[in-house]
Amino acid sequence: MTNEPVIPEFGEASRCVAENRFFCADWVRDNWAGVLQPALVEHVKLTAIAVAAGFAIAFVAALVAHRFRLVEGPFAAFSAIVYTIPSIALFQLLVPVTGLSVLTVEIALVGYTLLILFRNVLEGLRSTPPEVLEAARGMGCTRRQTLWSVELPLALPAIVAGLRVATVSTIALATIAAFVIPEGLGRPIFVALRDYFKTEIVAAGLLAIALALVADALLVLAQRALTPWAHARRTA
Amino acid sequence: MRAPRQAVEIVFDHATKRYPGREVPAVDDLSLTIAPGEVCCLVGPSGGGKTTAMKLVNRLVELSSGEVRVDGRSVRSLDQTELRRGIGYVIQQVGLFPHMTVAENVATVPKLLGWSRAAIDERVDELLDLVDLPARDYRARYASQLSGGERQRVGLARALAADPPVMLMDEPFGALDPITRARLQRELLRIQGELRKTIIFVTHDIDEAILVGDRIAILREGGVLVQYDAPDALLARPADEFVARFVGADRGLKRLSLVRLADVPLDPPNGAVTPVAPDGTTLRDALSLMLSEGSQQLLVVDGDERPRGVLTLERLTELLS
Repeated sequence: MTNEPVIPEFGEASRCVAENRFFCADWVRDNWAGVLQPALVEHVKLTAIAVAAGFAIAFVAALVAHRFRLVEGPFAAFSAIVYTIPSIALFQLLVPVTGLSVLTVEIALVGYTLLILFRNVLEGLRSTPPEVLEAARGMGCTRRQTLWSVELPLALPAIVAGLRVATVSTIALATIAAFVIPEGLGRPIFVALRDYFKTEIVAAGLLAIALALVADALLVLAQRALTPWAHARRTA
Repeated sequence: MRAPRQAVEIVFDHATKRYPGREVPAVDDLSLTIAPGEVCCLVGPSGGGKTTAMKLVNRLVELSSGEVRVDGRSVRSLDQTELRRGIGYVIQQVGLFPHMTVAENVATVPKLLGWSRAAIDERVDELLDLVDLPARDYRARYASQLSGGERQRVGLARALAADPPVMLMDEPFGALDPITRARLQRELLRIQGELRKTIIFVTHDIDEAILVGDRIAILREGGVLVQYDAPDALLARPADEFVARFVGADRGLKRLSLVRLADVPLDPPNGAVTPVAPDGTTLRDALSLMLSEGSQQLLVVDGDERPRGVLTLERLTELLS
């Protein structure tokens, strides 16, 4: 027996694939529709659901904490503890309860978004200058009106900043979902790791990076559109 | 333009505010009446409770005992939100909403009151015009694009938006440079001449109070009212040592600055007199002119440079006594 590495059987593989070079464009072309594109779409879905659900929970919690200071400590502590659990360990803890399901993955991903989103929403709500709050009160804005038409708009930059971090880190983290379910960009990576097929690992990794960059850019654009006052030209 | 609302009276009736855990009250048994359409300046050292007293009116501070009545109705009997929407509120740091344009800021209270879009637009333009900010240039700006003086003009327009009969102003010009400050004081007097609001104006600057106030209330530490009088009476007859010190050793000169040459009896002109001053000059400036020219008298002329009479030092002294 020789000690040569075992070249996997890829059927009519190109030279590039047969030699397992760093990146083979032809393989990507051939497997885009069958492997990469579905994985990308799944990845977007996993991320979108996690960030949306995480935001909904963190937002409500922050509103409550903004109103009742006592709530802040417990929720911040809870989300910080969740944040420190290693993701693979968290999957292990959840699988006996929720099985090898999307739910298991989403619970973990949502858990990791809570800390940053809660902190940022709350910090944003508290960033309204005191004289602005006093003016609102003095003019007869109710607490609710002040929240929705003054505090929340002014919190938008901090909220979007939180969403950016949460989104990008969820995109990175969601590759690990493949431990539990065969979905997302983690799946081609896992498959390729079995026999160290470089092109597939590199292609899926690049897609994850590209997805993170695009999502981040979209959020920046959304913030620009939503907060025109923040970049008004100083003409006075 | 809608007809200006009838001005109303504000009455402090043994109004007292105590904060829990503090021995000295912030406002102590304050009783005073502000006539409809008058500007009442609350003046005093810090700790005198002037801002606290003002905030009793729109219930940003709640009374401990006694009453405050606006237009005969106790503020405690009114819904807090409704009460505040009927009272213009201007503060030193302005507190413009940074995420709203000038027009949206000014529209705040009318919007809360549910005015129609068209009525709001018309009112905003009218108000920006009133505070001398051309609507075309300023409507769409944000607070970050305004100077300090412009911000306070917008603050004033915002407070006036729903034509409230009462205005509360808490050191509104305190953060402005002296030139902008003097300009806004004049603008306020012009606007007040047109609108005749009942205004409570808090300031620590006695000169500002003398200029702006129809009546001045001097509060001392512990929120005690020491004297409530028209500026001239306050300067002529300070109630005690505290007031005398507060209005300053130059109170005689300050009194002179309240009166113009056109308003005093003059001696008939006889012969050539120098220096010469137009009749719009204040007595204070006239005196300064006489002193610097080393003259006992001064020739007063009208707008067409025609002699109106002569002011002598003797006559000036009589006026002060």
